[in-house]
Amino acid sequence: MKKVLILGAGTAGTIMANRLLRKLDKKDWTITVVDQHPKHYYQPGFLFIPFEMYTEEDVTRNKTDFLPKNVEYIQEIIEIIEPEKNRVKLQNGKSIEYHILIIATGTNIVPGEVDGLLNSSWGENAFDFYTVEGSVALAKRLKGWKGGKLVVHIAEMPIKCPVAPLEFTFLADWYFSKKGIRDDVEIKYVTPLSGAFTKPRASGVLSHLLENKNVNLVPDFNIMHVDGSAKKLVSFDEKEVDYDILVSIPTNMGDSVIERSGMGDELNYIPTHKHTLQSKAHENIFVLGDATDLPSSKAGSVAHFEAEILTENILHFIRNKPLKEDFDGHANCFIESGFGKGFLIDFNYDVEPVEGKFPLPIIGPMALLKESRMNHFGKLAFKWIYWNVLLRGWPIPMITAQMTKLGKKL
Amino acid sequence: MATKNIAGVDVNVNEEGYLTDHSQWTREIGEAIAKEEGIELTESHWKVMEFLQKEVKENGALPTIRRLTKSGVVDTKTLYQLFPDGPMKKASKIAGLEKPASCV
Ligand SMILES: Cc1cc2nc3c(=O)[nH]c(=O)nc-3n(C[C@H](O)[C@H](O)[C@H](O)COP(=O)(O)OP(=O)(O)OC[C@H]3O[C@@H](n4cnc5c(N)ncnc54)[C@H](O)[C@@H]3O)c2cc1C
Repeated sequence: MKKVLILGAGTAGTIMANRLLRKLDKKDWTITVVDQHPKHYYQPGFLFIPFEMYTEEDVTRNKTDFLPKNVEYIQEIIEIIEPEKNRVKLQNGKSIEYHILIIATGTNIVPGEVDGLLNSSWGENAFDFYTVEGSVALAKRLKGWKGGKLVVHIAEMPIKCPVAPLEFTFLADWYFSKKGIRDDVEIKYVTPLSGAFTKPRASGVLSHLLENKNVNLVPDFNIMHVDGSAKKLVSFDEKEVDYDILVSIPTNMGDSVIERSGMGDELNYIPTHKHTLQSKAHENIFVLGDATDLPSSKAGSVAHFEAEILTENILHFIRNKPLKEDFDGHANCFIESGFGKGFLIDFNYDVEPVEGKFPLPIIGPMALLKESRMNHFGKLAFKWIYWNVLLRGWPIPMITAQMTKLGKKL
Repeated sequence: MATKNIAGVDVNVNEEGYLTDHSQWTREIGEAIAKEEGIELTESHWKVMEFLQKEVKENGALPTIRRLTKSGVVDTKTLYQLFPDGPMKKASKIAGLEKPASCV
């Protein structure tokens, strides 16, 4: 018997296990999945917890509920990957040998990378919303807050779901308006980018929206340290921003197992072929989801599109056929903009987000790069789709792995 | 694509003044661009730019600030003093390299 070993049972690893089980010949192949954590979190839901729209229970399930019975699941910390020996060692001392390795260990926030952040009363005045603990603590803090300076701050790029900090800001504007204290809350959006977002056309639209919502955009801010006692952010060129509550998106890095194994770049992301998803260093190792160094967004939708293409490529690899260079960097993200509305953006490596209709040209029903109520419902429906369609490795009707240019105003 | 006369030589540049063909770059051109940017070049500036050029040659891409500072060539604070307001954008322009891609 031969083995496919999947590291990580988050969004990407779970989808791959489901897809591969359907495609691989059960006479020859077994699939093993390793993850350290029993719970699967719907991470996009973390955004809504601070505003009391979702609770922790809403976004938490058991990982094993989404892994097929015929897949072996091991709950353990992965200690080290030894590509030269086709072997992975676990923390409990056991090793697993593989023929094909799929790495889907994702990315985490690392608050310790930002000077002063962890001793700036982290969990009291400074928070994150990229973890379940962070968003739950923030919900408690915001609930009784009477107003003051709220600062949403991105430490450095790249981060996973690069629109999430903007969505947080839009929702904060809505949340405090609803509570009747918006006039007592000053909101600042502090970013190392030159505008609100990474892609020019969307950045223009979103910067404008921040302005309409009376949010101060502070661009080109490169953080040197957080001064917790004075409650301010200080940049390398000595600009300062004061806060009462800091919502930080700290440096994002791939898991430390990648560093221990000597397989990553300076942020522990694994050099990966951008169209085939094969690792650059080892031909029987493939990488998908947030763990890659690809210039695509780190998002669940991207992991879903990658999984479709990677499944084909694993089959090609097994049959000694050339790999397909099919992955185009396709990402499809809803942007919650507050007051029951949202945006939708659809883009890839080459084509930035533009206006148009989605998924059907002209008909839609979703509008691209335009605010609408339908997009907000799309965002909320995504939770159901995530648990019931996406994680199970089924295609989402009418949405293809490769981006379509039809219906877009290019 | 436009051409621009820098330090007495016609070179190809993009709309933001970045050289599009690194083989046309010389130290004199670098000094002229630095002057336009209001930067007086010192040995420390050159060390940073030489590191960027080496990385592009070896990896085909500019390093990130994190990679640059990890290499020990310069620390972040000094980097911002050498090239104020967007060090990578300025350093790569003077070094005759492409503009750093904004991230995703
Ligand atoms: C606040 C927020 C909002 C978001 N909103 C959206 C959105 O609206 N739309 C969208 O498409 N995406 C969104 N995302 C991004 C999306 O959640 C991620 O891109 C996606 O989950 C990536 O999947 P992954 O499998 O690569 O990583 P993950 O799902 O993070 O899984 C990685 C897994 O690897 C395991 N692992 C790592 N290292 C080890 C080890 N050493 N030993 C054992 N196990 C290990 C971890 O336990 C984890 O289960 C959002 C993310 C956040 C944080």
